[in-house]
Amino acid sequence: MSDAVDTATPKRRGSSVPLLKRLKSLITVLLTVLLTLVGLLFVTFIIGRVMPVDPVLAIVGERASQEIYDAAYISLGLDKPLLVQFGIFLKQIAQGDFGISNLTARPVSEDIVRVFPATLELATVGTIFGVLFGVPMGVMAAVNEGKWQDQVVRFVGLFGYSMPIFWIGLVGLIIFYGLLDWVGGPGRLDVYYEDVIPVVTGLILIDSLIEGDLDIFWNAFSHIILPASILGYYSLAYISRMTRSFMLEQLSQEYITTARVKGLSERTVIWRHALGNVMIPLITVIALSYANLLEGSVLTEIIFAWPGLGSYLTTALLSADMNAVIGGTVVVGLIFVGLNLLSDFLYKVVDPRAR
Amino acid sequence: MSIDTTSHDQGFKGWLTSESPESRFHAQMVQLYAGWQSLVANRLAFLGFMIIVLLVLVAIFAPLLATHDPSIQNLKTTLLPPFTGGHILGTDDSGRDIWSRIIYGSRITLFIVALVAFTAPVFGLLVGTVSGYLGGWVDTVLMRITDIFLAFPRLVLALAFVSALGAGIENAILAISLTAWPPYARIARAETLTIRNSDYIAAIQLQGAGRLRIILGHIWPMCMSSLIVRVTLDMAGIILTAAGLGFLGLGAQPPSPEWGAMISSGRQFIHDHWWIATMPGLAIFIVSLGFNLLGDGLRDILDPKKAQS
Repeated sequence: MSDAVDTATPKRRGSSVPLLKRLKSLITVLLTVLLTLVGLLFVTFIIGRVMPVDPVLAIVGERASQEIYDAAYISLGLDKPLLVQFGIFLKQIAQGDFGISNLTARPVSEDIVRVFPATLELATVGTIFGVLFGVPMGVMAAVNEGKWQDQVVRFVGLFGYSMPIFWIGLVGLIIFYGLLDWVGGPGRLDVYYEDVIPVVTGLILIDSLIEGDLDIFWNAFSHIILPASILGYYSLAYISRMTRSFMLEQLSQEYITTARVKGLSERTVIWRHALGNVMIPLITVIALSYANLLEGSVLTEIIFAWPGLGSYLTTALLSADMNAVIGGTVVVGLIFVGLNLLSDFLYKVVDPRAR
Repeated sequence: MSIDTTSHDQGFKGWLTSESPESRFHAQMVQLYAGWQSLVANRLAFLGFMIIVLLVLVAIFAPLLATHDPSIQNLKTTLLPPFTGGHILGTDDSGRDIWSRIIYGSRITLFIVALVAFTAPVFGLLVGTVSGYLGGWVDTVLMRITDIFLAFPRLVLALAFVSALGAGIENAILAISLTAWPPYARIARAETLTIRNSDYIAAIQLQGAGRLRIILGHIWPMCMSSLIVRVTLDMAGIILTAAGLGFLGLGAQPPSPEWGAMISSGRQFIHDHWWIATMPGLAIFIVSLGFNLLGDGLRDILDPKKAQS
């Protein structure tokens, strides 16, 4: 896991690792991940416990008698030692039980299942945007190292890193929705389209296609395009920068010279030979930026009234809905760890040297 | 230390560019000057540097630059557009002068940046160097903890911390620092591992120096340059996170002219009175661009691989 965070350079190991050794390293990885997960849950648990909200009062109300208060206190397990409480907490989470949300009066796990697809859709379209523009920009910058193209790409990237996402979202809404009316406004759909099609995947773009309703598809598209491209701009900045440095590394290799000497066209050399090798470390980068987008969507969702995990989490935060906060934080953390692990794994599948 | 002691006759500049420094102080000055020159040569990095200098100056001279009191409300002059009634950037819904509020807001931004830039790297440095130097189970435990914090998405963790600690600027700073230290710890550990077995450390050990002395006096200075680059690059992110917390109402609290909070309060008027939310956002953007430009340039300047080629 830490490898994915630390570096993205290819690891070179012997290709014929004995089975036992491989099994051992697999177990080590699994243990590390498990430990990280438990630690993550522990931090969240502690945050939940020191929150300045009395969970008992939230249930029994302020006018409850002392006996009712005590009974609720005990039924919540708050009289037990902290470590025992943590054990109960772990057990509940392992069963997918995050408790009941005070705000929606429904199980937090159900709430999360309901809101998560919106965030997933936003982050996915954003990442697609980032890859579609970021990779060619990075390649262009590397091929023209030091020239104006390189400077432009660098500047575009730095711009992306420097924009407050909630601000650019607001400005984007005024210009493209308010003034020009090119895109749909806040929300996932226009009001009269909402709840028209049945929920299959929860991703409206896909659900509308399954239903064959192109009107809804285009409406959803016009709503998602602005927030997704603003989110995608961030991953574009990151992806283009990493692509540039990976490409520079590849372009200085001898096989590139060989390919050129062989008389291959510059296009083949760059887009097939060099980029082909860049794709491997790039997977890690894309996975990481995907995870970052899931997080970055918190502020974007608020600006665009996007009913996803970010909106859910912040609403819960502001109304001190403890179970929902913990549930949301845990889910985001789990996805983060999961994506890191996945990128590590994909890396090994794609790159034979890393096996 | 006077200029006359140098072997060159070119005055101060000759002394600064001397190739045979005569004292430790002289050598440091020569190096500093060389660094300064490469900073000036890198146009974008220099631009970033100037933006940050400007930010500091604005924060210091805020009372002189502000045209109005940032917190006085005047219901006769609400929602004025820019350049009307002596308000350069207009007024907000309470009739407060936006220009003056942004000027005073620079102090808050600088306060946040300075505190986080101090606490998070120092804590990370401590964890990283102790972990790297001592090794063994200490290393394992500390790095596991670091990994756990790295595994958290930063904004979400900061949100959760702030909600646990209560909204407010001090708690926002604390929350950002708590989420910002792990990368520094990793960098410091990596540096320590390469330094730990070098001869000069062995020499100090033979002289009987204690662990604390070695870590603080001999390993910390070696970790500085890579940490400084990383901190500069992170500054923009810290500013954006702080502004984001302010925007969500979890950072600096309303009457205070914090830029993120200003955007948040201007949000409801955005369609008819665009300047209220737009101007503070522009300020955030310019400052974080400054830090990004400087950090990007510093990375090139301080990167030894680049210097050789």
